Amino acid sequence: MSSLAALLQERSVIVCVGAGGVGKTTTAAALALEAANRGRRVCVVTIDPARRLSDAMGLGADAPLSNEPQRVDVKVNGELWAVMLDTSTTFDALIRTYALNDEQTNNILTNDFYRNIAESMSGAHEYMAMEKLYELHNDDRFDLVIVDTPPTSNAIDFLEAPDRITGFLDHRLYKVLVTPSGGFARVVNFAAQGFLRTIARIVSASVVDDAIEFFAAFDGMEEGFRGRAVAVHNLLIADTTSFVLVTVPRNDTIDDAIVFVEKLAEADINVEGLVVNRVHPHFGTNELSGLAQGPLAPFVTVLHESQQVAAGEQNVLETLTRTLTNGAVVNVPFLDTDVHDLEGLGRLSRWLTPT
Amino acid sequence: MDPARLFAASRVLIVAGKGGVGKSTMSAALARTAARAGSSTLLIRLTPGGPISRLFAQPELTTLEQTLHPGGGPGGDADVRGRLVTPDKALAEYLADHGLARITRRLASTGAIDVVTTAAPGIRDLLVLGRVKAMETMKAADLIVLDAPAAGHAVSFLQSPTGLRGAVGAGPIATQADDVLAMLADPERCRVMLVTLAEETPVNEVIETAFALEDEIGVALGPVIVNGLVDVPEGLDGNIDALLAENAPKLSANDAAALRDAAAFRLRWATRQREQVARLSDSLPLAQLTTPQLFTSEPGPRDLETLADSLTVEINKLTEDDV
Repeated sequence: MSSLAALLQERSVIVCVGAGGVGKTTTAAALALEAANRGRRVCVVTIDPARRLSDAMGLGADAPLSNEPQRVDVKVNGELWAVMLDTSTTFDALIRTYALNDEQTNNILTNDFYRNIAESMSGAHEYMAMEKLYELHNDDRFDLVIVDTPPTSNAIDFLEAPDRITGFLDHRLYKVLVTPSGGFARVVNFAAQGFLRTIARIVSASVVDDAIEFFAAFDGMEEGFRGRAVAVHNLLIADTTSFVLVTVPRNDTIDDAIVFVEKLAEADINVEGLVVNRVHPHFGTNELSGLAQGPLAPFVTVLHESQQVAAGEQNVLETLTRTLTNGAVVNVPFLDTDVHDLEGLGRLSRWLTPT
Repeated sequence: MDPARLFAASRVLIVAGKGGVGKSTMSAALARTAARAGSSTLLIRLTPGGPISRLFAQPELTTLEQTLHPGGGPGGDADVRGRLVTPDKALAEYLADHGLARITRRLASTGAIDVVTTAAPGIRDLLVLGRVKAMETMKAADLIVLDAPAAGHAVSFLQSPTGLRGAVGAGPIATQADDVLAMLADPERCRVMLVTLAEETPVNEVIETAFALEDEIGVALGPVIVNGLVDVPEGLDGNIDALLAENAPKLSANDAAALRDAAAFRLRWATRQREQVARLSDSLPLAQLTTPQLFTSEPGPRDLETLADSLTVEINKLTEDDV
């Protein structure tokens, strides 16, 4: 069984996954701080961190470049960098990389339909988080990239989103509607016109025009995008990449976590670390019911309630750890690990990598 | 305030909150509390799963309405029913309603659905809200409780009609958006109730969400539910060592430590929560309803009744000015 410390020492990519509201962002930041303390040059990609934490990491509202890594002002043996993911800026950069010329770049970036894709298409956050990860992994400044993933309803959206969106960009509909006749020509296939008019009735004609214009402008870039998606996928399943699952010991969250582990296994990915946040402490095993009637009654009531919570949590956690065949499990106690600053991150990192 | 009055104040309650604060559990508890006060209630969820079926000890919700808790009984309760409204189903129903049923399959097979939902982002959310509005208009229940997407998403979910209104010009989608906007803007038809925990980050988020909902959407906000408060039993702050020496002199050191540590932990936890509740009161001018911490990881029907009991007590403490 490996430890989180070993992963921080050896891996070049760590992906933190889990449901929303379980402390994933904070855990990713604490892991990054610990790896930097161990001498590595680390960049952590955060997604929507709580304001006090982002301010502490120098990612506040007045940070100079929102989508570029910033060196965090903290004394460590290695280096700690952080970047806050900006989905649409990352998407724009990808378009610039693969566009054949400036005209194509401009046609795409100013298109309303494209702006919708980059800003609000389902899966765009996941796709760009992985894209940013890939970009930073290939940046010589960093030996380790730790990425927080967006809270998703679908467990492995971040694995599937790049393929799905790439498939969308290379859209079948476009092939049905437009017969490319060289260059930028827009010849709408006659049979498709009635169908298009129907769609225009649902939304509006200008919306349909934007979509067609986008697909026409995107023509020729599919290859580059598809190749990139394959490279990102290969990075995610590489041996140098580890997945750390973050959860809390609550029944429904644990159910989600188990689905996560199973889905990742289907994609040939093993979860190598499990971080359970907000675990209630255990206070003894004896119920001391003999004291429940006397002046100690309030103490016994509170002890029973604590024991009941702890037992329930242990129960649901056992179900999860059974599905993890091989991985480091760390419990982080509830109440003493609220993190709002670098000092708090340091405290948390000591829980994550006990000596 | 009589709970019946609170639940009769608007026909739709949208329950919103950050992931992990107990939003779905509170939706169920509000539905049950309303039914106890005599309002026949329809509980709507947008995604399968969650704690609702366990709380009512009923099968998982589907897109077909089912009874979650029958009415009747000594208190003259009304019933709680429940169903799913999924975006895909809402879109299919919308197309069928507009005479486009025959092209639905072609839309799906060519991938045109993806193009439509990308071209008009928020259309799924709007259509879900449109279904809820239709149920409200035809009075499907005295009260509809909507378990909304997790906060953050709640704002964009409720913004969907405004966003689309600008994008699509005239047409059926625009009409739909106008109808939903009219519902959201009318406090007699619709209110949002936010749920939070008495912890730093959830309190910050609920404050941000509350202001965003009021400023950007103009929807009326009901009281905030502060979930999971622990109590401090009377006497817990007594001198444990003196009490032990007097009442249980032979108790082992381990057992004594367990009692002492559990009490200290509880006192710290309660203090922390009180600080956050006070901060919430200072920052957000909304009445609060508090619900107790459940010391179980698998809440069931009995816990649901416990939550409904405490919501009833809390609502009784509200004044007319609070709503």
